[in-house]
Amino acid sequence: MEIVLYLVYLIASVCFIFGIKKLSSPKTARRGNQLAALGMLLAIVVTLFDQKILTFEYIILGMVVGAAIGVIMATKVQMTGMPQMVGLLNGFGGGASALVAFAEYDRILHSIDGFEISTTITIVLSVLIGSVTFTGSLIAFGKLQGIVTGKVVKYPLQHPFNALLLLAVLAAGVFVVINPSEINIVIAIVAVSLVLGVLLVLPIGGADMPVAISLLNSYSGLAASMTGFVLQNNMLIIAGALVGASGIILTIIMCKGMNRSLMNVVLGGWASAGAEGPAANGKEQKGTAKSVDAEELAMLLEGASSCIIVPGYGMAVGQAQHAVRDLMNVLEKKGINVRFAVHPVAGRMPGHMNVLLAEAQVPYDKLLAMEDINDDFPNTDVVIVIGANDVVNPAARSDQSSPIYGMPILNVDYAKTVVINKRSLNVGYAGIDNELFFYPNALMYFGDSKEAMSKLVSELKEL
Amino acid sequence: MDIFGLLMLIYVFVLAIFVGFELITKVPPTLHTPLMSGSNAISGITIVGALLSAGLGEVTISTILGVVAIVFAMINVVGGFLVTDRMLKMFKKK
Repeated sequence: MEIVLYLVYLIASVCFIFGIKKLSSPKTARRGNQLAALGMLLAIVVTLFDQKILTFEYIILGMVVGAAIGVIMATKVQMTGMPQMVGLLNGFGGGASALVAFAEYDRILHSIDGFEISTTITIVLSVLIGSVTFTGSLIAFGKLQGIVTGKVVKYPLQHPFNALLLLAVLAAGVFVVINPSEINIVIAIVAVSLVLGVLLVLPIGGADMPVAISLLNSYSGLAASMTGFVLQNNMLIIAGALVGASGIILTIIMCKGMNRSLMNVVLGGWASAGAEGPAANGKEQKGTAKSVDAEELAMLLEGASSCIIVPGYGMAVGQAQHAVRDLMNVLEKKGINVRFAVHPVAGRMPGHMNVLLAEAQVPYDKLLAMEDINDDFPNTDVVIVIGANDVVNPAARSDQSSPIYGMPILNVDYAKTVVINKRSLNVGYAGIDNELFFYPNALMYFGDSKEAMSKLVSELKEL
Repeated sequence: MDIFGLLMLIYVFVLAIFVGFELITKVPPTLHTPLMSGSNAISGITIVGALLSAGLGEVTISTILGVVAIVFAMINVVGGFLVTDRMLKMFKKK
């Protein structure tokens, strides 16, 4: 029976690997996800036949409750709420791993088995990473949901205090490895780790959430891997490592998209975020921004043959994705070539814009990544920027004193005309002025993204 | 578990990380959100450990923690795979 168990675990691991492999193309991705789900089902079913399991009533209770909550969450959540959903799921994964590790600790404590050093080390690591992931993800969820402030939070002695907490946890961990039966110390590790999770994510500002979510995703995988070490189960180690790698890669991509180091993001915000400083020197060169209304804009588009739409977080906030899809349709009917340029850090999580536009039935081959479309801006008649700011700020290219200098941006200013839909001339997340608004080829189209796009669509239809 | 047992687990861990890097660098940016939610569901694999803890027979702290872990992990697994499927259904080519 043991052999069957481990063979099925091997099959499940292979399912996970092939499942992720199929995510390399939108055509096969759905099958891939189903394959991974099948692997999970196999792993769960075969585990239920494990002879170490004596009673089933609590298991069934737990599975029914968990599955019901999962189904409700997955079917009710709106696509605009996806970052929160992913954040929350990360937290449950991390929390489960920490709980399993602690349960295993408690089981060994009350059995005659005795602790092995390697088991204790991995229990401590699993509890630490899992707990940090749990509360960190809850804070991330709160920030994205608007329950917790999305601003960069700073408090006195922030970094020394966090470093001290981490050192304390590690010291306690070493102590537990030497004296494994000290359950109070293990509980203290859990408590401090939970606090650490809150303090680590709290300072991270809203637009840095893609990094935080990716990092927590990676942690939830690593926590599962550590639990695999505790239980000496290769399948858990493999599955956790895949997720850990995935989260780390996404984290690196997000950091590169902002030209910042991971430390810089984790330690809290742009140097100037929300503060005084560079905003001041931008003011001198401020000219007047030209503004257009829907009618003028429609006439401008009427004469265009190519158009690139640049969506940003403002589109998500305004729930404008369907109006944007209508805009695409009406423009295409007029024979205009419409494409979308998606910056890697647009929105609040990796791929946020793509999911929203897919929901609005924009074909995925119209969505182009920054490196694939950036050279096409000079040959484009009209660019429409919807609710994006820092990712199209030319200061990143030219102004060495700017805090976002060096960040890769979409070169929208190279187009013949760039239209920027925003609610006001206010600064973006980085807290700096955007000189693009005052460029001779730039036009401001003020208004809420959804309303503004709908108005534009009806004007275009009338022409 | 002796030191060699631990080493074998570390082998598996390191190799799996490399496999993960190879696979995930090939995922296009347009699928990054489903990648996150789908891989997230996979990290719910920790449910296997939770099942063992919750089914030990007598009710101890382990069992209680195990049941809570099952609830958490099931939310992660069921919610994660379902929501990923919902998203992937929407990705269509023209």
